[in-house]
Amino acid sequence: MADSNAPKPSSSVKLVLLGEAAVGKSSLVLRFVNNDFQENKEPTIGAAFLTQKCNLPSRTIKFEIWDTAGQERFASLAPMYYRNAQAALVVYDLTKPTSLVKAKHWVAELQRQASPGIVIALVGNKLDLTNDSESGQGDNDGDGAEGEDSGDARKVSTEEAKSYAEEESLLFFETSAKTGYNVTDVFTAIANAIPETSLKSTRGPGASNVVSRGGDEQRVNLNGPREAAKEGCAC
Amino acid sequence: MGSEDAGSPAGAGAADGEERPPPLPPRPSLQSKPTTALSSMTIQTLSFPDGSRGTFSTTADSPVAAEGTSSPAEGHDLSSIGFHPIGSARKQDTDESMSIMSMAPTLRPPGDLESLLVGDMAKRSPAWMLLRSQSAAVLPFESIRAGQGTALAGFEREFDDIPDETDKDWSDGDRLQLWKSKLKHYMILSSAGKPIYSRHGDLGLINSSMGVVQTIISFYESAKNPLLGFTAGDARFVVATEGPLYFVAISRLGESDSQLRAQLNALYMQILSTLTLPVLTNIFANRPSTDLRRPLQGTETLLSSLADSFTRGSPSVLLGALECLRLRKSHRHSINNAFLKARADSLLYGLIVAGGRLVSVIRPRRHSLHPSDLQLIFNMLFESGGIKAAGGENWIPLCLPAFNNRGYLYMYVSFLDGRPDDTEPGTDTTDTEGATAIILISPDKESFFALQKMRDDVVTELKKKGLSDLIKTTAAKSRPLVTEIAPNTHISHFLFKSKANVQFCMPSLQPTFDSPISHRRLMSLYSHLHATMHARHSHLKVLHCVSDDSTSLAWVTPIFEFYCVAGPNASRAVMTQGANKIMQWAKREEERLFIIGGGRRHFIFVLISAKLDIAASGAFEIEVFVIVFTSFSRHPERCRLSPESRVYGSVVDRPNQGSSKDLWSGNERTRGDTTRWKMHMRRRKKQITVKASQREDTSLLSIPYLEFKSKNTPTQYT
Repeated sequence: MADSNAPKPSSSVKLVLLGEAAVGKSSLVLRFVNNDFQENKEPTIGAAFLTQKCNLPSRTIKFEIWDTAGQERFASLAPMYYRNAQAALVVYDLTKPTSLVKAKHWVAELQRQASPGIVIALVGNKLDLTNDSESGQGDNDGDGAEGEDSGDARKVSTEEAKSYAEEESLLFFETSAKTGYNVTDVFTAIANAIPETSLKSTRGPGASNVVSRGGDEQRVNLNGPREAAKEGCAC
Repeated sequence: MGSEDAGSPAGAGAADGEERPPPLPPRPSLQSKPTTALSSMTIQTLSFPDGSRGTFSTTADSPVAAEGTSSPAEGHDLSSIGFHPIGSARKQDTDESMSIMSMAPTLRPPGDLESLLVGDMAKRSPAWMLLRSQSAAVLPFESIRAGQGTALAGFEREFDDIPDETDKDWSDGDRLQLWKSKLKHYMILSSAGKPIYSRHGDLGLINSSMGVVQTIISFYESAKNPLLGFTAGDARFVVATEGPLYFVAISRLGESDSQLRAQLNALYMQILSTLTLPVLTNIFANRPSTDLRRPLQGTETLLSSLADSFTRGSPSVLLGALECLRLRKSHRHSINNAFLKARADSLLYGLIVAGGRLVSVIRPRRHSLHPSDLQLIFNMLFESGGIKAAGGENWIPLCLPAFNNRGYLYMYVSFLDGRPDDTEPGTDTTDTEGATAIILISPDKESFFALQKMRDDVVTELKKKGLSDLIKTTAAKSRPLVTEIAPNTHISHFLFKSKANVQFCMPSLQPTFDSPISHRRLMSLYSHLHATMHARHSHLKVLHCVSDDSTSLAWVTPIFEFYCVAGPNASRAVMTQGANKIMQWAKREEERLFIIGGGRRHFIFVLISAKLDIAASGAFEIEVFVIVFTSFSRHPERCRLSPESRVYGSVVDRPNQGSSKDLWSGNERTRGDTTRWKMHMRRRKKQITVKASQREDTSLLSIPYLEFKSKNTPTQYT
């Protein structure tokens, strides 16, 4: 890893996306990985696993992204995904105040349960639905073009979210997966924020150790008598 | 029976057509031959010099001769698979009155299956027969092509969304009207009357209807006489109660109660697959008024795509069977082997599926896969686009209710071309049709990376052998046309279900049934046939059904179910001939059409030979083979070793016989490979001896076939 002749050191980072259903987690990932956007995307079931490289001046980061489903019933599976994660992206919907509440819950849970050095970014998505002037700052074409007459659907002010993020020392961004505004910036910022020490050149601890905690309580017993194998999640 | 009545008006039409050239229906791939075997007789007679109408006075012998020249080979094949060669024994009216059932290879002796159809056939003039055979080329459901469809007129708009309240252009009345115009509804509500799901219309719009439904159901419920179904106007209501949930199907498509009930059950299975039974029961045991929409959030699309596939008409659901990708036997075999070789320890089921059709399945011996579970998986992956569109790999907790409705399994899904490094972005979003998915199911929720590795191994192996391209191209190709399967028959479409394999096959819907309406008509006809054949207390074997716009045939034996459809004027002889041709094709292609290895048809042989050599070393040499064949024949090269074959014991080399250690090293699985089997046969003649390993092998002892007791055998082997 420390060979100076080698191209650029490359390392894997396990990243997990959390947030309420339908805030645009999968759309953010799709924009980041494939530079693509789909209207009316169907909800994620379970979780999707994607990888994408991120080039920094000094090194290459290979993100191993766990895009989780936001529905309540999948909440009990979340620890499996954020365990040993080096980074987390907690997403809320700018047009939906309850989604920020949920995001705060996730942040609290991550700070309590996830690995101590985890880098958390708070991301307010769906900026394209607001008519903020700041969306024009990005040199992306396609946004900021909306006329002032289209109603501003923003329900969560930048200040509110930002002050919360500062309080909890999180990275903070407002993005639009639809226009692509700020999406890559989030991931680059995360890549930069990850301390050098927690990086390993091969597959990170996050990747290989996902399989560490036995999950007996949820598996179907194939051999013995069939017993209730699953405790409730959403009742 | 009815065929005669239905035939006459159409026959008259054909006679008119004799003067002006008849409108040529599109009949591709008939090459230069203008007509089918039957009608080519007329051409023969017309070619006589006089050319008058007198040609129709041909005696019955002449067609026989014509037929006889064209089908000796075919007759031979038919008899070889158990059918009597109908074509060669053709007599105008005898074959009409003959039961095809009496020739079917059923388990019961054919004697008691006296024709259901005999007796009502009046003799007809040969001219009439010839005319009739000419008009048999009329395709089924011509009337809808002419735009005369009645009940199904609105079917094209069936799946359109009803505009929601925010749309100011629509009044509530209009939206309700639109809602009522839908031909098929599914509703799910809790026994407390809380709406859970409705296929059409937001729940605000139909809340009152839900209330009415709940009232009606609970009225009967309280009378301890649960309501099963009722009819109102042309709509059939079917109610199913599953624990705390009410399911209602409202159909104006003419499906039978049991079919609608099966559809409702599938929706229930989808809910269980999301929640599992204990969770569902708990929810309602604790709070009967729970709004189940929240726990089910995000699965509405799955329910809807399932419901829509029922409304559109799905042969898979109708027959309760799966469709396989047609592949050469050797190709399927090497795919299976590549798949098996890469098997991860935590794997329960492994599937390769291309465009909703099975390519390969691996599963443990004790656990079979239930079609209804697979239907849920296929619906999730191929009908609703969520998984495919998300890209990447997926790790999905789901319950397979038919397998075990109490707990979750974890499903790894990866589309073969869906990984970013395989294709450029954006190309994989459009077609879920031909997409190939690898599905690996494990009971261990932490086994994602193990299964991911297995997937990579499988893909590497498939790529190396060029099989992944093969799968892709085969899946992209549509199903064969009927005209390719059974040329010169008037059959337009068929379904063939192999009961033992729980699989079915069908030809392409092109060119006759590619529109949604004609497809729905076809499926309605099939479901009607299916319902009639499977009606309680009916022990029908063959059903020949004639209507104004189609002729259909259903044929059910313990081995297969067969349904086919032809134009309204197709005679029974034509149908029978076509059916037999298709049957012959299905028999011939059986191992390509269906995945056979998944069944229980294994032949197990235990070969033991021992050579005692106690004097020299106190040890003795013994060979024990447990050989499992998936197919067996006297000819070694036709035998197929199953991957479950095992050899116990280690080979003792004799200096002059080369390294037989390579052949059977250790006791690991042998690969199903015919050459190895042949080598084995050859070497066995040379008395290769195998030294039994001096240890207990519990897996060996657990095989019931391997109980050999001999006084010379040490006790640890018994």
